[in-house]
Amino acid sequence: MYVAVKGGEKAIAAAHRLLAERRRGDRAHPGITLKQIAEQLSLAVDRVMSEGSLYDRELAALAVKQARGDLVEAIFLLRAFRTTLPRFGVTEPLDTGAMRISRRISATYKDLPGSQVLGPTFDYTHRLLDFELAEEGDPNSVSAAGDPGDVDERVPRVVELLDHEGLIEKEEPDDPDRPVGDLTREPLGFPADRDVRLQNLARGDEGFLLALGYSTQRGFGSTHPFAGEIRMGQVSVELVPEELGFAVDIGDLTVTECEMINQFKGSATEPPQFTRGYGLTFGEGERKAMAMALVDRALRCRELGEEPSSPAQDEEFVLYHTDNVEASGFVQHLKLPHYVDFQGELVTVRELRAEARQRKTGT
Amino acid sequence: MRGYNFAYLDEQTKRMIRRAILKAVAVPGYQVPFGSREMPLPFGWGTGGIQVTASIIGADDVLKVIDQGADDTTNAVSIRRFFALTTGVRTTEETAEASIIQTRHRIPEKPLTADQILVYQVPIPEPLRWLEARETETRKMHALAEYGVMHVKLYEDIATHGRIATSYNYPVLVNERHVMAPSPIPKFDNPKMDHMPALQLFGAGREKRIYAVPPYTDVKSLDFEDYPFEKQTWEHACALCGSRDSYLDEVVTDDRGGRMFVCSDTDYCAERRDAGHVGTGAPVTYGADAAE
Amino acid sequence: MAGPVIMPGLADPVADSQSVFRGVLHAMSRPGTIVHLAGLGEAPAPLSPAAAALCLSLVDHDTPLWLDCAVAGGQGAADFLRFHCGSPVVARPEEAVFAVVADAAAMPPLSSFDPGTPEYPDRSATVIIQVAGLADDAGMRLSGPGIEAEARLRVDGAPADLWDWVRDNHGLYPCGVDIVFAAGERIAALPRSTRVEG
Repeated sequence: MYVAVKGGEKAIAAAHRLLAERRRGDRAHPGITLKQIAEQLSLAVDRVMSEGSLYDRELAALAVKQARGDLVEAIFLLRAFRTTLPRFGVTEPLDTGAMRISRRISATYKDLPGSQVLGPTFDYTHRLLDFELAEEGDPNSVSAAGDPGDVDERVPRVVELLDHEGLIEKEEPDDPDRPVGDLTREPLGFPADRDVRLQNLARGDEGFLLALGYSTQRGFGSTHPFAGEIRMGQVSVELVPEELGFAVDIGDLTVTECEMINQFKGSATEPPQFTRGYGLTFGEGERKAMAMALVDRALRCRELGEEPSSPAQDEEFVLYHTDNVEASGFVQHLKLPHYVDFQGELVTVRELRAEARQRKTGT
Repeated sequence: MRGYNFAYLDEQTKRMIRRAILKAVAVPGYQVPFGSREMPLPFGWGTGGIQVTASIIGADDVLKVIDQGADDTTNAVSIRRFFALTTGVRTTEETAEASIIQTRHRIPEKPLTADQILVYQVPIPEPLRWLEARETETRKMHALAEYGVMHVKLYEDIATHGRIATSYNYPVLVNERHVMAPSPIPKFDNPKMDHMPALQLFGAGREKRIYAVPPYTDVKSLDFEDYPFEKQTWEHACALCGSRDSYLDEVVTDDRGGRMFVCSDTDYCAERRDAGHVGTGAPVTYGADAAE
Repeated sequence: MAGPVIMPGLADPVADSQSVFRGVLHAMSRPGTIVHLAGLGEAPAPLSPAAAALCLSLVDHDTPLWLDCAVAGGQGAADFLRFHCGSPVVARPEEAVFAVVADAAAMPPLSSFDPGTPEYPDRSATVIIQVAGLADDAGMRLSGPGIEAEARLRVDGAPADLWDWVRDNHGLYPCGVDIVFAAGERIAALPRSTRVEG
């Protein structure tokens, strides 16, 4: 005799117990600590903070642990927490020119004031598995020499050097009284202003932006980019509390900033000059910052009088699909029961087939 | 290096690449598809050039690696170390001493000889890519030698700017048949490709293409009768060696418009200085602070 | 009962294939130039040391190989190539990526081999032709890529119609087959890009 399926609650509880068990893994091995994640999987933590839009290493590490290392799931966890936080105010714009630099490179000049600082980079490593790392403990421990690369004095930005000669478009500062857009409070509208576009890209999925940025390098919306400057280090965050009326330092962030310099041959109103694409991430997120800068520049096609023709230049296509929490949710919602709709489709398809058969046999 | 073959690649991969190189030589300027491998350096960082070099190099070769004309740029150092480690061959910074020169973005100033092979690292091998993004289309265009779009594009430049505004990766016509991307070398270097005594090989790892220009082959930069090809010139000489006929890098010396112009080819510059040539050593000023 | 003994291949497969390749690369990029492939071992008749070394360096199971009757009939030679190269031996010339001709006088016309397609001219055959002798101070006048002003090439024991075939092959450019002549330990190449005049 057929019995309709019930007991969803029990099934879910059992599934969650299994998940918790799987997350913990074999209990013969010690559990991983948040400190270990934050220190030794720091780039995972940085990505989760960036796309999760919340700068908190400990919470991001917790999200990574809870999500079993699934970073998109961890980003989701952090976003869901972030949304519950009260909003105290808007900080002053970050002054990345005053960054205490750990890494700073320019591809456009061989040498320049402030010099090239390689910093902690995978670049120029040969990607050969280091089997010494496979051993327990810390076989090739590096002496704690601090961070000798850190540069304290103010290092001029490469775009400022070009700006000096009038070779790069002026970055027109926004009206300081105009409120900065915030996607988390106002839904996206089109055409979107650059502040909102940048916020969208900063929260956007690294993989998606990487692919889009890459497509612009392969002829789908070419922007002829040069990595004018990539810098990573610490910046101060300042807030002007209403009650005080002057800026106070509320803490430091590590950020990665990329300024792309792009060829621009001029238009009816603009002389030939270089144009800009901008990328910024929390923590060390160079690949994302670079991809973001490419996509930012591609999205500026209309304002620069270029004919949009490629996916990366299509504002609606890009901005609606960057968010991996939205995308992951909707793609995976296909796992949910859809049997009521599907039943409707079954009925329709059967009817249509019957009609088609009738027409064929002419009865 | 323990656990790896001479020059990293296995022999079967080398054979495949060698066959592609021979076909590339037989059809100068035509891009031969090849089964590019993952290398221990990232795509876009010279994997094409590295695979070509790894397939041609032997124990008796002397290798020079440059990036932007310089031997001491980070990526050049990294690639040179890779080959020193995987082949044990002798490496050099002297252009004349090298039997194989792997390069990114420059051709050395000193003329190359018939005993040398120049291996270019190529990011985008397809010269028509900026005009037509689809491989299916560009392949037909090459098959039919249908290069009108390229001339239209260059002509649009002239209509807008009064000159051809392409300054690097300036397209060339090879052996009067194939339009070819010279890789992102400055157009300053284009004339060196024409009838060069050395064999020129081009490797694009990510895009999986190899192409070649045999010695003494016609390589003509595309232009128009009334707008002939012109290479870059500088009003300054190299501040270190005083050279007036080398490609110059602009080094920023301060944030008030100070610039120094120095040879991009570090070996060429050093050799000139060793021979007693001297530059002014002084920076020049550009921009708002300069008296123009 | 012991089977026929297969002669050894290259003494040092890694170093020797590299040097043979550099030899043929030199020859192909400088048409008409005679390159001496030094230090080769013996090859089973009727293969010349140079033709055998070219196969050992370039041919493998990815490259269908066509052998003329002289090579295919000389049991030692065919087994040698099958064993060391592992390449499928095809019956029809047009199916081959590499072809080895030991009896030049009896070879099929060059047009029997695959010239590639206009979209993929690289997918064409390389034909190794064994000849009695090569000289670069007499014979046909060559010009084109790889040749500074003019090169000369005389091929002794060539098929009677060789130079007509070569001219027709050049007429297919950028399609066409590429030829490597082998005489003893010496080779010279004629890629499709070379123009030939009597």
